[in-house]
Amino acid sequence: MISGAVDLGPVWLTLQLAGITVLILLTLGTPLAWWLVHTRSKFRVGIEAVVALPLVLPPTVLGFYLLILLGPNGWVGGSVEALTGSPLSFSFAGLVFASTLYSLPFVVQPLQSNFESLGNAPIETAASLGASRWDAFYSVILPLSRRGYLTATVLGFAHTLGEFGVVLMVGGNIPGKTKVISIEIYDRVEVMEYSQAHILSGGLLLFSFLVLLMVYSLNKKLPVNFS
Amino acid sequence: MTELLKAAFKVDYPDFNLDVDLQLPASGITVVFGPSGSGKTTFLRCLAGLEKSGKMEMAGQVWQDENIFIPLNRRAIGMVFQESRLFPHLKVRENLLYGYKRTPVDSRRLHLDEIVRVLSLENLLERKIDKLSGGEKQRVALGRALLTSPKLLLMDEPLAALDTQRKNEIIPFIRKVEKELSIPIIYVTHSMSEVLQLVDTMVILKDGKVVNWGPVEKVFSDINLRNAIDDEHLGAVLDTTVIEHDTEFGITRLDLKGQELSVPLQDISPGQGLRVHIHSKDVSLATQPPEGLTSVLNILKSKVKRIGEKAGYSVDIELDAGQPLLATITRKSLSNLNLKPGQPIYASIKAIRMVHENQ
Repeated sequence: MISGAVDLGPVWLTLQLAGITVLILLTLGTPLAWWLVHTRSKFRVGIEAVVALPLVLPPTVLGFYLLILLGPNGWVGGSVEALTGSPLSFSFAGLVFASTLYSLPFVVQPLQSNFESLGNAPIETAASLGASRWDAFYSVILPLSRRGYLTATVLGFAHTLGEFGVVLMVGGNIPGKTKVISIEIYDRVEVMEYSQAHILSGGLLLFSFLVLLMVYSLNKKLPVNFS
Repeated sequence: MTELLKAAFKVDYPDFNLDVDLQLPASGITVVFGPSGSGKTTFLRCLAGLEKSGKMEMAGQVWQDENIFIPLNRRAIGMVFQESRLFPHLKVRENLLYGYKRTPVDSRRLHLDEIVRVLSLENLLERKIDKLSGGEKQRVALGRALLTSPKLLLMDEPLAALDTQRKNEIIPFIRKVEKELSIPIIYVTHSMSEVLQLVDTMVILKDGKVVNWGPVEKVFSDINLRNAIDDEHLGAVLDTTVIEHDTEFGITRLDLKGQELSVPLQDISPGQGLRVHIHSKDVSLATQPPEGLTSVLNILKSKVKRIGEKAGYSVDIELDAGQPLLATITRKSLSNLNLKPGQPIYASIKAIRMVHENQ
């Protein structure tokens, strides 16, 4: 049962979703990871657990609560609807929101362990040389964290790429708006179009493998060694 | 007029307290000495403003007190650590200039050319950090700290990670920095050989408290020091002058306030100073000069000054041999010799450590 060319719409939508999600996560994840490493707050452990929740929660559970939260009666969806006229559920913006939460630990944890391994020494050293905290962060911490950012970016991107349960719960299956690769594959299989499912699945498999291969080989070339 | 570094810090951690109140000369090299866990590094971190506690005043300028707190990045402090802490993503030149660029133009007193010359960094400038040896790294780290034109240089065990040969390469540079650039240095170490090669003023810390401090000769002739440093390091530090070399016997003769000491041949010209360390357990006492021949070369005429507290089988005696000298003898000998303060005594010295000898 071989039908025509593969519909590239879902592929493009997925790449957009993953790209935007990773950008948001790097922006929010950096201060969050830094805070987790350097704070003495008693809330640290609690926040750390919340960040890790998406690792263990079934995606349907996360998706279910997000659906309620983002829907017209939820607090996020309700306020967004009041502002823009449409709720977040079943929209691309809603998917971005959901993916951001869903992939949060995949970005925050590599950054956190990266900052942890650097410790206070680089910041203190830079301070002894006259650099303010911001200056030290940009001129020393960021360049020394290339590994951590590479890992965070790739893991965040790849994890968002493969998300299924949360997307289905929150975004449904609207072509051009919320239909991502994983759902397209599911649809193809449902209607027994295995060849198209093969192309998409094989593509995703190859892509994921190549990306991980790149990360592991780059990681060897980016030594982080502050001593 | 001597400018002062006033430092009074109190740090309370669950398992550690630091409580110091010092007025040190804001010149020369001050060595902070003590076993690990004595609070040396914490003291240094307080000076750097990395622990917010207490008061500090540098040459008349308040850096921190109840109301004022100047953070490290705005203190005129340079720091050198045990690990070089060079930035691996920058070349040597960029590392050197990292602090220089961040120092206000009108505060820049030291410039790249001068530092490169003083520390002999000419051939390293375009190197990557991972292509440097341990000793080269520490020289670059020292240069990087100096290029912030600091008013005070803090060094935290900067040689601890280096082997003896590398240490001996760097020590002259540290002396040179202090002399040529006249930057006061606070130098933390637990190595006695570094102490003796560098020290002008000494602070001995133990369990977060100052045990003794002052000029090195004074500190080391204190018999109460026994509780603060290892037994093997106990003993006076004496400043002598080279009289002449006796190449036939391979001996250098030293002058100690009119008395003479002989040590193995030294590569120092006559007239120059040599600091020696005489461990108290290498000194034995006799009430009369030895009759007949003796194999001991060094016998100093002295006077008993003070008899220390008896502990176990031994007792420390403080002597006056022109400069203070310490001897550790057995309590039995003390009773046999019937020593009293003021009594003349002959001190035979079995071994003399030169300060550049590594112990």
